[in-house]
Amino acid sequence: MINFGYKRNESATLDLDVDNSELYKKMLEEEPSSATCISCGTCASTCSAGQFTDFNLRKIMLLCKRGDTQSLEPIINRCMVCGKCQFACPKGLNTRHIVLILNKHLNAGKIS
Amino acid sequence: MQERLANSFDPFVLPYTIGLVFILTYLFIALIRVVKALPNDDKLKLLKHIFSLKIFKSGWEIFMECLLHRKIWKKNWTLGYMHTAFAFGWFLLIILGHLEVQIYAPHRLNLPWYPIFFRYFMMETQSTMQGAFFFFMMDLTLLYVLSGLGLAIFKRFRRKAFGMKRTTKLRWNDQIAVLALWSIFPLRFLAESFYSEISGGSFLTAGVGSIFHWFYDFTANEIYVRPIWWAYSIALGVFFIMLPWSRFTHILSEPLFIIMRNAGIREEHRNSGYGKVEIYSCSRCGICLDPCQLVSVASLRDSAAINYTRHLRLWKSEKAHQAASTCLMCNRCTQACPVGVDTAALKLNTKHELVNLHTTDQYNYLNTNAGADLQSVPSSVDVIYFAGCMTHLTPATKLAMTKILEASGEQFRFIDEEGSICCGRPVLLAGARKSANELMEKNTELFNQTHAKTLVTSCPICYKFFKENYDLNMRVLHHSQYIQELLKEGEIKVNPTAAKIVFHDPCELGRNSGVYDEPREVLKSVGQLQSTAYDGEESLCCGHSLAAEALPYRKRRVMSEDAVEKLTTNNPDILATACPACKKAFSETNKVEVKDLAEIVAENLV
Repeated sequence: MINFGYKRNESATLDLDVDNSELYKKMLEEEPSSATCISCGTCASTCSAGQFTDFNLRKIMLLCKRGDTQSLEPIINRCMVCGKCQFACPKGLNTRHIVLILNKHLNAGKIS
Repeated sequence: MQERLANSFDPFVLPYTIGLVFILTYLFIALIRVVKALPNDDKLKLLKHIFSLKIFKSGWEIFMECLLHRKIWKKNWTLGYMHTAFAFGWFLLIILGHLEVQIYAPHRLNLPWYPIFFRYFMMETQSTMQGAFFFFMMDLTLLYVLSGLGLAIFKRFRRKAFGMKRTTKLRWNDQIAVLALWSIFPLRFLAESFYSEISGGSFLTAGVGSIFHWFYDFTANEIYVRPIWWAYSIALGVFFIMLPWSRFTHILSEPLFIIMRNAGIREEHRNSGYGKVEIYSCSRCGICLDPCQLVSVASLRDSAAINYTRHLRLWKSEKAHQAASTCLMCNRCTQACPVGVDTAALKLNTKHELVNLHTTDQYNYLNTNAGADLQSVPSSVDVIYFAGCMTHLTPATKLAMTKILEASGEQFRFIDEEGSICCGRPVLLAGARKSANELMEKNTELFNQTHAKTLVTSCPICYKFFKENYDLNMRVLHHSQYIQELLKEGEIKVNPTAAKIVFHDPCELGRNSGVYDEPREVLKSVGQLQSTAYDGEESLCCGHSLAAEALPYRKRRVMSEDAVEKLTTNNPDILATACPACKKAFSETNKVEVKDLAEIVAENLV
């Protein structure tokens, strides 16, 4: 296939009838700064893990708001918690804490 | 001199004796539990230490710190005097009291209360030279302790006279213990004064006793003053019983803590034996409150070291974790602590007990495509330069380093020019040790493949981790050390300038790694280095440490602004630092020009 320099994501369906905002509410409670995310994507562009994987904090924040925990689970602990995104974030979100909180709630059963 | 009472017993000795038996039993059980909780190799270390000559060093340290409180003297003379008066004064009273019994009534040494209530049971002991000497010494020591008590009461009203802006509040358990402790010595003084007509005394007790006698003849009606002996005994008993439930537990645990620390015992996974002793050794003196910027600048008192240890003592692990995850681990508290409680290490253990994000496939991606660039490093390269994640966010530093390395003519390779994986310290600081280990393994493999002799890094976080936790076949230098080496060997030359420079010691480089002199020498060669009140060990934290994952941004910002203000009181031209995180934190405030020392050197290269 010709490499156009970008890739097409699989089409997804949003079911707005299903309310699964539990995880997002927990995150807001434990890290209130997550409410101020403007989805600018600075975090994703500076991410070290993003160089090697699909890890993308902006996408993670969106998935979390949508309550799509299924898509979150396999990627959330790819993060190296290095903190570059936190330094780059224009809104001063505690991004490392957000990742740690999501990990705690999503990966509790899988931990080795 | 003779015994006044034939049976050597009076019911008033009971409260004291019960308290003593309780505290000795408690101490014995606690000691066994602590040693049992230690891992086997630590038990061996402890045994080896006890049966080696090094135990004398520990003994000396116990004498200097637990009794004389040398570190508190260094902080403030009045505060030191107060603590020494209580600890060393009381210790002298106990020793002299036992000596008296040893000399005058050796057959009574088996009665634990006898030396304590000596003057109740004996009489006319001052009639000999020895007796006069001991009575004088006992009175002098009692006066010494009472002077300390006077200062302690004064301190409750004016702590600023003792060099402390903040101190701890007393909880009910501490209040009981403090009241008991404070009443022990005045009661002893009163009891001995009232009895000085019977038992004899020296300048203090006999002097005051004769004044009492002037009002009323207590010798004839001894029964009226007997309650004072009861009160004295009860005060001692209450103090002993409150010892394990109050801040005064440190009296028992600190000597053990010093021995264990000198034996080389450290706990790196959880706070079991050694950690518990360390927590109980915190005397809640409050000396760590003023240095802690979370308390003094960000008004987060709950995160202070003493409140963290308190949460742990009360088994509030959730609250302890909260305090740990807002702590910057700048180690200013540990540096100030008169006991030497390393709360940063304890906090890390708390995090490790609660945080784990490691799954077997967590960093699988590292094996596929990470570090492809590194494998192509030619074997002739002596120096590899690792900028570190954060330095990529302050690119001026890495450009300056490239310029310096090129100017030095050294064969080098910039190994993370195209990005890299993290060193692992940030994830370790968040509590996930297993994840950190995986990153460490990968990095070690990549670095060792290059066969370089020196690894230079621009990030103090990476530097500390590479240096202390990695097993690398090369020496590890922070760029400030490397530049200093290049300057000293004449590999690079700089033009001295007239710029006034203030250097901020990053926590991870200074207090946490002990690198203080090299950056200063580098800066002295390029500009006019000014000193501040926050140099070296007194250095402030910029507020952007990676340890505090739950600390809100606005609190960090307040701390950076405060730090910049304190560092720039002499209006320097440049605020220099050697850490990308500090640089980022300070430049955000827009108060002064902030530069990494590598930038200043690169600008002035000959």
